Amino acid sequence: MSAPQELVDAALAASVADGCVVVLEEHSAANLRWAASAMTTNGWTSARTMTAIAFRERAAGTGIGLVTRSVQTAAEAAALARAADAASRASAPTEDVSPLVAPYLCDDDWGAEVPRTGPDALAPVVPGLAALVDRWHAEDWLAFGYLEQQRTTTLLATSTGLRRRFDQADGRFELTGKSTDMQRSAWYGAHVPDATAVDVGAAGAELERGLRTAAREVALPPGRYETLLPPAAVADLMVFAYQRIAARDAHDGRTVFARPGGGDRIGERLAALPLTLASDPGAPGLECLPFDVVTAGESALGSAFDNGQPVAPATWIDRGTLTDLVRTRAWARATGAAPRPPAGNLLLSADGATASLADMVASTQRGLLVTSLWYVRQVEPRTLLLTGLTRDGVYLVEDGRITAAVNNFRFNESPIDLLARATEAGRTERTLPRERGDAFRRTAMPALRIPDFHMSTVSAAR
Amino acid sequence: MRALADAALERAVALGADHADVRLQRMRQQTLRLRDGALESARDGEELGLAVRVVHDGAWGFASGTTCTVAAAAELAERAVGVARLGGALSRVPAVLAPEPVHADAVWVSDYDVDPFAVPLAERVERLAQLSRRLLAADGVDHVDASLVQVLENKHYADTAGTTTTQQRVRLHPELVAIAGPASMRTLAPPAGRGWEYMTGTGWDWDAEIDALPALLREHAAAPSVEAGRYDLVIHPSNLWLTIHESIAHATELDRVLGHEAAFAGTSFATFDQLGTLRYGSPLMHVTGDRTAPHGLATVGYDDEGVAAQAFDIVRDGVLVGYQLDRQMAQTRALGRSNGCAYADSAQRAPLQRMPNVSLRPAPGGPSTEELIGRVERGIYVVGNASWSIDMQRLNFQFTGQQFHRIQDGRLAGQLRDVAYQATTTDFWASLEAVGGPETYMLCGTIACGKGQPGQAAAVSHGSPSALFRGVNVLNTRAGA
Repeated sequence: MSAPQELVDAALAASVADGCVVVLEEHSAANLRWAASAMTTNGWTSARTMTAIAFRERAAGTGIGLVTRSVQTAAEAAALARAADAASRASAPTEDVSPLVAPYLCDDDWGAEVPRTGPDALAPVVPGLAALVDRWHAEDWLAFGYLEQQRTTTLLATSTGLRRRFDQADGRFELTGKSTDMQRSAWYGAHVPDATAVDVGAAGAELERGLRTAAREVALPPGRYETLLPPAAVADLMVFAYQRIAARDAHDGRTVFARPGGGDRIGERLAALPLTLASDPGAPGLECLPFDVVTAGESALGSAFDNGQPVAPATWIDRGTLTDLVRTRAWARATGAAPRPPAGNLLLSADGATASLADMVASTQRGLLVTSLWYVRQVEPRTLLLTGLTRDGVYLVEDGRITAAVNNFRFNESPIDLLARATEAGRTERTLPRERGDAFRRTAMPALRIPDFHMSTVSAAR
Repeated sequence: MRALADAALERAVALGADHADVRLQRMRQQTLRLRDGALESARDGEELGLAVRVVHDGAWGFASGTTCTVAAAAELAERAVGVARLGGALSRVPAVLAPEPVHADAVWVSDYDVDPFAVPLAERVERLAQLSRRLLAADGVDHVDASLVQVLENKHYADTAGTTTTQQRVRLHPELVAIAGPASMRTLAPPAGRGWEYMTGTGWDWDAEIDALPALLREHAAAPSVEAGRYDLVIHPSNLWLTIHESIAHATELDRVLGHEAAFAGTSFATFDQLGTLRYGSPLMHVTGDRTAPHGLATVGYDDEGVAAQAFDIVRDGVLVGYQLDRQMAQTRALGRSNGCAYADSAQRAPLQRMPNVSLRPAPGGPSTEELIGRVERGIYVVGNASWSIDMQRLNFQFTGQQFHRIQDGRLAGQLRDVAYQATTTDFWASLEAVGGPETYMLCGTIACGKGQPGQAAAVSHGSPSALFRGVNVLNTRAGA
């Protein structure tokens, strides 16, 4: 089996296109999954995937051929490059063309050995989990959850001579506790790139508090409630907004960031609080690709021509005001603005905010504390109205204390409206979006206090 | 293929596995996207991999890789056993599989005429561009998005009992969206287990749909906002399939019922103790699970545990009578043989219990859609699906659609906007008053139903006739619902 770097070289050498980008991803993952205190699926996977993107200049414009395959040998890599060449010749000209990214200074260790992970990375967590499962069995509680560790090395090379590399460690730990009658439920989730940082004891203790609190339940009707959204719930909502942050889509009037009558909403105040929404590939604990990788094809959020360009820190909302949107280089040229690639993390913060979620509970006279959100879907793109449900714990807060569990609700809200109506933000902390965490998990968010969160109907789900 | 499988199975047995299966799987997927008739992106993906799954000392172990050699196959078996040993420390219930007849050297190919991967890229782009241009030329259409996803799935499966199956499936998902200012409308053509012929007139009338869409969009853009309240709904299969998917198909997955998805996808209100007694809905309600339906997206010859495809009842006369099973669950719950609902979306994933084509049966000699509309004094005719959301026990749901036609005194009276219907599953299906006849039946579906950790996507079809529901809660989404 050839080294990944050799495969990249082989693909580039085989390309006869006018320009070529090669992206190789070496991925390994190990996971454990358990339900009702028994294992369900668990496994180890390893995959090597290469994408070759060929650019063919013709009188009518530039054609793009983008082919992705599993590859193991230099011959397969060369065949992949030739397939991309053939696809570029067959392709219709693309609209938005940019020159390929030229080499620039970086300190990537291109030739270093590719790191991998395996089941051994999970082993330190197993004894603690086994002990928790047995202890909960005695309490008539059941444990459900998922532990995953991943390593992905991305190698990007262009026919212009650019070489970039990034090694991403990733992982998550989720634990759900339920009473054996499945009537009470609590959830804990964390982004843990290193499984040795998993704290089963702390997670278990948090869930035990929730399950004990749920022994007292109060039924509440739908309505507007003062609601504390914890960081995980805020993350699910903000990631939804972030994935619709393309400048071109706003210009075309397709998203919540479009100004009625034309143009975008840059410069408009979206949040009453001094909230800042930003991305930063170097954010501690949330490090992600510091260069652009676009292997899914052209879209308003990314262009294959832009592969390899640096991804700089970006501020999307600055102290409440919308300041920037994602722009490909072609769209930036067309609109006279700066290119702005998206990054693989998202951070929301409020100037001077120091309150923990517990502090915010303590300062609440009467309201709801939500654990997480689920099945969040877009209802109306222009307002970004979303619908979804609360899950695994809604609690009644009275006079600064959690006093009971409450039924679940369906909500209908727009995250952009919530930014405008939030009256308090807590301190920012790393969190795992409950629903979006499968695809976008590197987030840091504050808790938000919404004075009138719209719980539109009651859900009887437990 | 056979040498790879033999190497993995022999190694697993030598290491003491009670059961082992191996899959060699290739997934080809091409995606085209056009923006206003111009090609935006063409992506050609192919994933080839090998997966080994074992039961060792009662615990599951799984390993997969993209190196397809005899040595790598044997190594995967070792790794799968290693994973089983690790997970065994957490296992409290041993995994045992229900017996299945041996299917030796079985071969199955899905029903299609033209391999879409054999059609030149330029021809496929031009077909989408042609449809886009026709929409763009219509009054009031500002933008058109078009996309086509085509998939070719090849699987070779072998297990220690002696079953070996080799299968090939093809599916297409074409979609065009016309945009007029803030309003948009999508084509109703469903994804289908068909070849390129689907884009050229077999199985769908593109000319009729493209001709009708601009006027429907203009009417939709100018439509009044709905007044929230209770309405009778006549629901077209292009919308009802998704309600069936969310409120019946997911709710009757036995792995959800048993809690396997409790931490992620959720559980189900249709608990096992209610099998045979739960009043799911109206006595008119007959729902089947079927992995044999022609052109169905979940149609196979054999599932990913070597079980032959079957059709079975899930709801009969409105009562819950069956669940979707895999071999372990069939054994654990003493339900006899599995009904063939195991599926893995790639070699990178272990099989999960995934849904077959789950469909609502039409009424023999039942009414037409027009006759159903004729029975409504004040209501809404719902066509096409859009937004969907349902809670983790499949009770509280909310759906929107593409078109909402007001019904007044048995006739359509112009479109409405901002409509969502919201209900609890059993209340909604209890309100089913009439089921349309076979001529109203249509097979719709999705190519990307998500489930499991790590996540997997599955393609599945849902057939439905038009149907009449009385007194359903309708929300106004613009008013914040």
